[in-house]
Amino acid sequence: MIAIIDYGAGNIKSLQFALTKAGLESQLTNDQDTIRQSDGIILPGVGAFHDAMTALRDLGIAGTLQEEAANGKALLGICLGMQLLYDKSFEDGEWDGLKLLHGEAGRIDDSVKVPHMGWNTLAHHNKSTLLQGIPENSYVYFVHSYAIKSYNPDELISSTDYGGKVPAIVQKNNLIGMQFHPEKSGGTGLQLLQNFGGLAS
Amino acid sequence: MLAKRIIPCMDVDKGRVVKGHKFQNIRDVANPVELAKRYNEAGADELVFYDITASHEERPIFLDVVEQVAAEIAIPFTVGGGIRSIEDIHQTLRAGADKVSINSAAVKKPDLINEAALKFGSQCVVLSIDAKQTGPQKWTIFTKGGREDTELDAIEWAKRGEQLGAGELVVNAIDTDGDKSGYNLELTKAITDNVNVPVVASGGAGSNSHIAEVLTEADADAALAASVFHYGDIRIPELKNHLDQNGITVRR
Repeated sequence: MIAIIDYGAGNIKSLQFALTKAGLESQLTNDQDTIRQSDGIILPGVGAFHDAMTALRDLGIAGTLQEEAANGKALLGICLGMQLLYDKSFEDGEWDGLKLLHGEAGRIDDSVKVPHMGWNTLAHHNKSTLLQGIPENSYVYFVHSYAIKSYNPDELISSTDYGGKVPAIVQKNNLIGMQFHPEKSGGTGLQLLQNFGGLAS
Repeated sequence: MLAKRIIPCMDVDKGRVVKGHKFQNIRDVANPVELAKRYNEAGADELVFYDITASHEERPIFLDVVEQVAAEIAIPFTVGGGIRSIEDIHQTLRAGADKVSINSAAVKKPDLINEAALKFGSQCVVLSIDAKQTGPQKWTIFTKGGREDTELDAIEWAKRGEQLGAGELVVNAIDTDGDKSGYNLELTKAITDNVNVPVVASGGAGSNSHIAEVLTEADADAALAASVFHYGDIRIPELKNHLDQNGITVRR
């Protein structure tokens, strides 16, 4: 069972529907025991960085996620959820994240339209089982105003081009981030979720 | 490279897709969930649903439709019509919508855009603008399905919407809506030139070349249309071939 962290508003039902289509059982939860008992965790993105971190701390889940990540459980952060895995973000201030990955999130440069919204292509960098069945230049759906600006290049699996190189998929062993929405990225997205499921079992 | 988006729009009345001409003479077309699946398979990049009656007692039926659509398709969709409060937005997103489109309520209470952007993020807040030409290079915002003149200047309102935190603008030209004579390129261009958020052009699509021109000449990020897709006048795979042949990046 994949635990989808439910920590506020936003569209997480679509994520659950997509996991079902990808053949993965899932549960919306903010219960620490359920999260511990899961085979894998998905941290979706909801609202603003600071609000999201506050909600995770208030629910007592921030620590649970850090423990489970250290135990080697597969953890996928989607969109803002990916940014939360990093050290910090400069979204409306300067805020600490979960510090599971080293790097920082900042606003997309105003030389392009913000938010980055729509279907953009993936360029692959490092090898990963996540990319099984995902050819170079596959389209996935992005919608975000902030992006990871500094990161470890060894952890960059795929990027997209939007006013420069934007990390799209990152991975450090069991920790994975996807800046786009796999649950909204048609067949490509379902394949990526299935590939994540492979790491979660 | 970021692709230009093709967006079929479905006006939903009591659980059915309908299509009006200049917002009137509404005709019944199809089941929204079936139509959504068909568009998804045809290669639509996104979908929009407008709850055109949106009365209090019919809202639950509409939210059921939203949830059924979310269960069936894995592409983004926006829901609009009758969104008046943070609670409406919350319920619509929880039902499975990715974005909400706010129109009249934002004119009445601009802070709704601001509050929604802070609470849910700009990426899910779409400001929908219904504009009518009221002079040379002058367009004014109309609400209530095109019946009420707000006297707000369309370009000023678009800029204000961006400042308030709208993450996308839908620019609907009332004058050409349903005419199949082409998008209003002047209006669309005037807005894309003045904001730095994505702009969706709406109202007037009749052919593949109309869509090509609004995406290039008017710099729209996406083209929205309804009846031409519903009745098969424009077929999405052929449209995307046409756009690709004209050097426009599309997802295929």
